[in-house]
Amino acid sequence: MKKALVCTAVAAGLFAGSALAERGADGQLNIIYWQAVSILNPYLSGGTKDVEAASMVIEPLAHYDEKGVMVPNLVDEIPTVENGGVSEDLKSITWKLSSGLKWSDGSPMTAADVAFTAEYCLHPEGGCQQASNFNDVESVEVIDDSTVKVNFSVAKPFPYGPFVGAQAPVIQKAQFENCMGAKAPECTEANFGPIGTGPFVVSQFKANDVVVYEANPNYRDEAKPAFSSVVFKGGGDAASAARSVLETGEFDYAWNLQVDPEILAKMASAGKGAVVSAFGTSVERLMVNMTNPDPALGDKRATIEGGPHPFLTDPAVRTALSKAIDRQTLVDVGYGEAGQPTCNVLPAPAVYASTANDACLGQDIDAANKILDDAGWALGSDGVRVKDGVRLSILYQTSTNSVRQDSQALIKQWWQEIGVETELRNIDASVFFGGDQSSPDTFQKFFADIEMYTNNFDGTDPEAYMANWACKEIPSPENQWLGDNMPRYCDAEYDALVAQMAVTAKLEERAELAKAMNDMLMQDGAMIPLIHRGGVSAHANTLEGVRMNEWDSELWNVADWKRAE
Amino acid sequence: MFNYTIRRLLFAVPTLLVISFLIFAILDLAPSDPTGNLPLTIPPEVREQIRISLGLGEPFPIRYLKWLQQFFIHEPLNLIEQWFGVSIGDSENRLRVQSWATRSPVVDLIVERMPQTLWVVGMSYVVGILIAIPIGVISAYKQYSIFDQVGTFISMVGFSVPTFFTGLVMIVVFSSTLGWLPSIYDTTHKVTDLASFWVQVKQMIMPVMVLALFNASQLSRFMRASMLDNLSQDYVRTARAKGLKEKVVLLVHVLRNSLIPVVTVIALGIPQIFGGAIITEQIFRVNGLGQLLIIGIQGADIPLVQTLTFIFAVLIVLFNLIADLVYGMLDPRIRYE
Repeated sequence: MKKALVCTAVAAGLFAGSALAERGADGQLNIIYWQAVSILNPYLSGGTKDVEAASMVIEPLAHYDEKGVMVPNLVDEIPTVENGGVSEDLKSITWKLSSGLKWSDGSPMTAADVAFTAEYCLHPEGGCQQASNFNDVESVEVIDDSTVKVNFSVAKPFPYGPFVGAQAPVIQKAQFENCMGAKAPECTEANFGPIGTGPFVVSQFKANDVVVYEANPNYRDEAKPAFSSVVFKGGGDAASAARSVLETGEFDYAWNLQVDPEILAKMASAGKGAVVSAFGTSVERLMVNMTNPDPALGDKRATIEGGPHPFLTDPAVRTALSKAIDRQTLVDVGYGEAGQPTCNVLPAPAVYASTANDACLGQDIDAANKILDDAGWALGSDGVRVKDGVRLSILYQTSTNSVRQDSQALIKQWWQEIGVETELRNIDASVFFGGDQSSPDTFQKFFADIEMYTNNFDGTDPEAYMANWACKEIPSPENQWLGDNMPRYCDAEYDALVAQMAVTAKLEERAELAKAMNDMLMQDGAMIPLIHRGGVSAHANTLEGVRMNEWDSELWNVADWKRAE
Repeated sequence: MFNYTIRRLLFAVPTLLVISFLIFAILDLAPSDPTGNLPLTIPPEVREQIRISLGLGEPFPIRYLKWLQQFFIHEPLNLIEQWFGVSIGDSENRLRVQSWATRSPVVDLIVERMPQTLWVVGMSYVVGILIAIPIGVISAYKQYSIFDQVGTFISMVGFSVPTFFTGLVMIVVFSSTLGWLPSIYDTTHKVTDLASFWVQVKQMIMPVMVLALFNASQLSRFMRASMLDNLSQDYVRTARAKGLKEKVVLLVHVLRNSLIPVVTVIALGIPQIFGGAIITEQIFRVNGLGQLLIIGIQGADIPLVQTLTFIFAVLIVLFNLIADLVYGMLDPRIRYE
């Protein structure tokens, strides 16, 4: 304590006069997350609320900024092949820590802490929830106190999984040393109050309720953070969280406001705060089943062996289905600020976004009808098109959720206008996404013609995500239906692109490959993208410095937040 | 009476064991997955590892016996250690009931939540009783008067309008429009002086009143009915014939006798205080035991839900016994032998 006092006094003496702002000058910051924080160790919880609450305390070596660009945080520069930080064979990356880094308890942060973090998460008995960030890590070597080298078992063209972004922050070795593996959950004190390098330290934590932080006296920038304390309240629902910022002004920042767009706009009109949104990689899409889901096929249902789909394999039908949809209306009805119409399954980051498919943006019922007429699908007496005895009748499934059911109803109506009959079905989310082998209703089994849901990927690199549509990823009884290629799309040319991306390191070339893959999927109609979904939050007008971020924690730059003059 | 109490307590043991087994079995059979709410980006292999690290790899009977051991042996031992500052056996490695979401001992979570629930929900119960008894007495004494009609109307409204509606109306009026009261309860607030006490009162008014209205509506009807039963009894006529003042007749003779069934109802309702008020706690973010339970259910945090529900079961069994004993004490006609 005495030491800390002396340090503060010295620091104050050194920087008095030169500093424009002062640490802690702006008092208390109030944040509300309607999902309450359960634990402050992101390695033991995959929940966004827990990861973001912890991101104010423990930090990664590099952040993603609001545009998805990597920015150095605890290092001076991002290692690349050009600057020699990434080896030529792409099998290792060497990080050099900035000098003079300190934990909030005053002890120096070293490469040993970084290496320990990887060891902690890779322990087989720990149940580490961020293990996918440490995929293919073979070893993490400490070269010297400020240099650490990560070795991969395979060539990694994008070696920024470990220690980049809020999901993979560095934890203190001294604190977690005795909490490895099966002992991890027993270290309640450490899990509830990790020691970090971030702008704030935990001063009080009530699990599933509230976290109180205080400014970190050892934070590397003497002038930051502007707030002396933060109250991070949890619980309740999204609408009342929005109200507490936009109407009553009790809170400064509210997260993830999945509220009816009309209600949110009305609250915002009270003039106390602003609604902000940011877009990551989430896309609400229709998956088109290329295989036959006919129940008569028994075990071969919705598998490659069961044969192709009777009509969805016709490109004309897929194009017409997409053309008949008015994406802007879907946004207005269900998403508001949180959605944008899109024609790509890979809409971001900007370097990967293709513009080749934008024709889908406008709805054109007449053109859709013409495409079907030309392809020989004739209108029957019941208003449904038929060709060679096959009726255009679709079973369209999704998870139970009021916005999704609204979208379903609208799409059904548009498809009716082009002579397609639609049967709607919704399944409880825990069953639909649950992956239960015995249930016929999972999104992997896809015993329907069309299904709708949202998917995205972590970080900014689409390699693993785009590999989802390779032939070997098709779910089938042989792989216990584990696979992400829901449309059962299979093209040797696409697989070749996937293989090429795995050995390409240059960002521009990777972007070209990713775009080519996206365009193939879109033009082949394996998926019909609908809406690029973003996160929506609200902040008080008196709060300055919020840079809403979907690539990292929303609170990634909380050190820069301050009160407006 | 003493023998009766002992007998009842002994009977409670097998009852509670059966209850604990039933709760465990129902939770286990329910289709819930602690990794179900995680983002889609977490791959299936990682999910499997998480499940195994939570102990889900073991068969049902083993998990049940482990929970029994943790709850009935480890937790009490831990409590004794904390109270007396001693250590018994291998206390370092003794596993307590751990929540899956917070990875911390469930009992500590419950202890942390107890104060705000007892303050808010308990206070609402007290306020409810204080409102209900006078209303019930006057309504019965002046049956079919305007006061009785209005009282009946209000208690019907209070009983039938759900708390999530009255709560929201109060927030819209007193927080959004008038800005008098906070809509969010601050659980970290500490009362140290008069000013902070006033802050505490302000943040408690809305949740307490919403619940008190609900409780009072119910109790005032019981009180009224019980008073009406007694007012027509012979002993009331005798008391009046003796020349006792109307006040004495009403408040000493009739009220005391009418309170007997009401006290039973009140005692039976006390476990509900500990159970918290799930909806009201959510609306005002009081974050007490009710909110803890609902978060546990949503996140499939089985050990938390199991322990919490079981503690509620213990309280219900206990207060049933207490209600019976109080009944015996208040009413000399009832004797347990």
